[in-house]
Amino acid sequence: MTKEFSESLEKKLEETTKLGLEVVKEATEDRLMKLSVGPQHPGSGHFRFTIKIDGDYIVYCDPDPGYVHRGEEKMCEYRNYIQNIPHLERPVIHDSTNITYSYSLAVEELLGIDVPRRGQFIRAIASELNRQVYTLYWLAIYGIFLGHSTMFMWPAGDRELFIDLLTALTGARVTHAFNIPGGVRNDIPDGFKEKCLEYVNYFEKRLKEYENIFYNNPLFRQRTENVGILTKDDAITLGVTGSVLRASGVAYDVRKVEPYDVYNEIDFKVQYMKTCDSFARAYVPFLDMRESCHIIRQLLDKMPESGEVRMKLQSNPKGTPGEAYKRVESGRGALSYYIVSDGSSRPYRVKISVGSFRNILALPHLLVGSRLGDMPSIYWALNYWPVEADR
Amino acid sequence: MTDTSTESNTNNNNKSSNLKIVESDLKIENSLYSELSSKFPDKVQLIYTKPKRIKIYVEPENIIEVAFFLRSHFGLDHAESVCGTDYPNENVIEVIYHLNSYSREELSQIIFALSTKTDRNSSYLPSLLPVFKSVEYHERETYEMLGVYFKGHPRNERFLLPEDWADIPPLKKDFRIKGR
Repeated sequence: MTKEFSESLEKKLEETTKLGLEVVKEATEDRLMKLSVGPQHPGSGHFRFTIKIDGDYIVYCDPDPGYVHRGEEKMCEYRNYIQNIPHLERPVIHDSTNITYSYSLAVEELLGIDVPRRGQFIRAIASELNRQVYTLYWLAIYGIFLGHSTMFMWPAGDRELFIDLLTALTGARVTHAFNIPGGVRNDIPDGFKEKCLEYVNYFEKRLKEYENIFYNNPLFRQRTENVGILTKDDAITLGVTGSVLRASGVAYDVRKVEPYDVYNEIDFKVQYMKTCDSFARAYVPFLDMRESCHIIRQLLDKMPESGEVRMKLQSNPKGTPGEAYKRVESGRGALSYYIVSDGSSRPYRVKISVGSFRNILALPHLLVGSRLGDMPSIYWALNYWPVEADR
Repeated sequence: MTDTSTESNTNNNNKSSNLKIVESDLKIENSLYSELSSKFPDKVQLIYTKPKRIKIYVEPENIIEVAFFLRSHFGLDHAESVCGTDYPNENVIEVIYHLNSYSREELSQIIFALSTKTDRNSSYLPSLLPVFKSVEYHERETYEMLGVYFKGHPRNERFLLPEDWADIPPLKKDFRIKGR
């Protein structure tokens, strides 16, 4: 039997070589189906990636961002240091305080100014509240992505709490332009502290319900556990950041490794998991939200009762020639600005390095070899915000 | 009055504590540089050391060798960003790799800027992709935004710009935004 079989195999091989390699290649390409995901897909956001599937398995993936590329870096070169703030928060309006935070830090270094202590606390509070807003929005989309409608409604509703707080603080719902070089735009309103504590305490109770209905849901766990394994070594080599990195067992948080403003006075733990799968990448932001509640409470407690909230700047300030590289921990990981100044009132070059842009490198790495049905849970767990990546 | 005095005190305390960090950090940075300069005496040039920041300049032909040493010896395992800056007056484009470490705790706070320069009219640089996998998309972005061709990079092609982009690389200083 085996002899016959091998003979027939040899015959077949001869036939195929006769047909020539081209035909064989064509035959394999016929097996593959090319699929374009996005940029109009409701879940993908303004992001397109091309995949090729062999049956149910993804064998090729090519991300193609850029549908919302605005040229933020070029725009910065045409405006002065203060005028840059409102447009710089456009890439990620749900996390607008954090994206202007590192810009302010970098400009402060170039202008050589200090921030008053009360201003530093208000800044940190606003950025923590804004991180909650972003993470809740991300979680809502993750819920609907996996067909869990309740998980879309709940975070979208609870997000309003923090938006209310930020509206009271800054006067705008999502685009705050609150951080400015030298501090924050205005002081906190009356009764903000009590309201903030009340909302945070309520939200912490809600988080337990989130865990019960979503994270302990057997369907959700089936779709995310042991899906899209990104090992610790791969995560380090690919240079991913934020929750993606921390889900792969690296306890790295810019607030901890390089504390900015008042974060060195705050007691908090860097939340990380070692399971390296999509579930870990979905659960780490949840743990971050819980930790963020502790941070907000400490910030409110330690904030000085009175004092200046910002340093008065001269109009159209000029930076000292040189460069600054500053980073903060945003909702999507390290967010850094590299600003070159030539001594004029406008930056010579601004480079924004964002977590989203760094995290898409992991997308082909994770998708190739996984099943098509796992694509949504892998993609959105990368904590990717297309508009931010395109800048 | 009492309020302001306590505030100034806390500010002073804050500053002094920051200064302490500065001193200890510069120790790490200077030790990094001295180790590097003893390994490559002629090839590495220090631009500055600041608290938690260090910048060195390397000629393009030596950059792979130095980058490999930084990764294997110092444990700087990934690049946070790759930034190209156009200097038309000096006729150069500077490309900076901002390196950082996840695996070594004491280096995780330090940003190691590895800088190199190329001619503005024929911009070619060796790609650091064999050393740092994390620079793949960053280098591709630098190619399309500044026209720096990275030798050894498999895909020097369009990434963020529109598919029908037919102008010069937009982050060059010659490119002007319309109406500005």
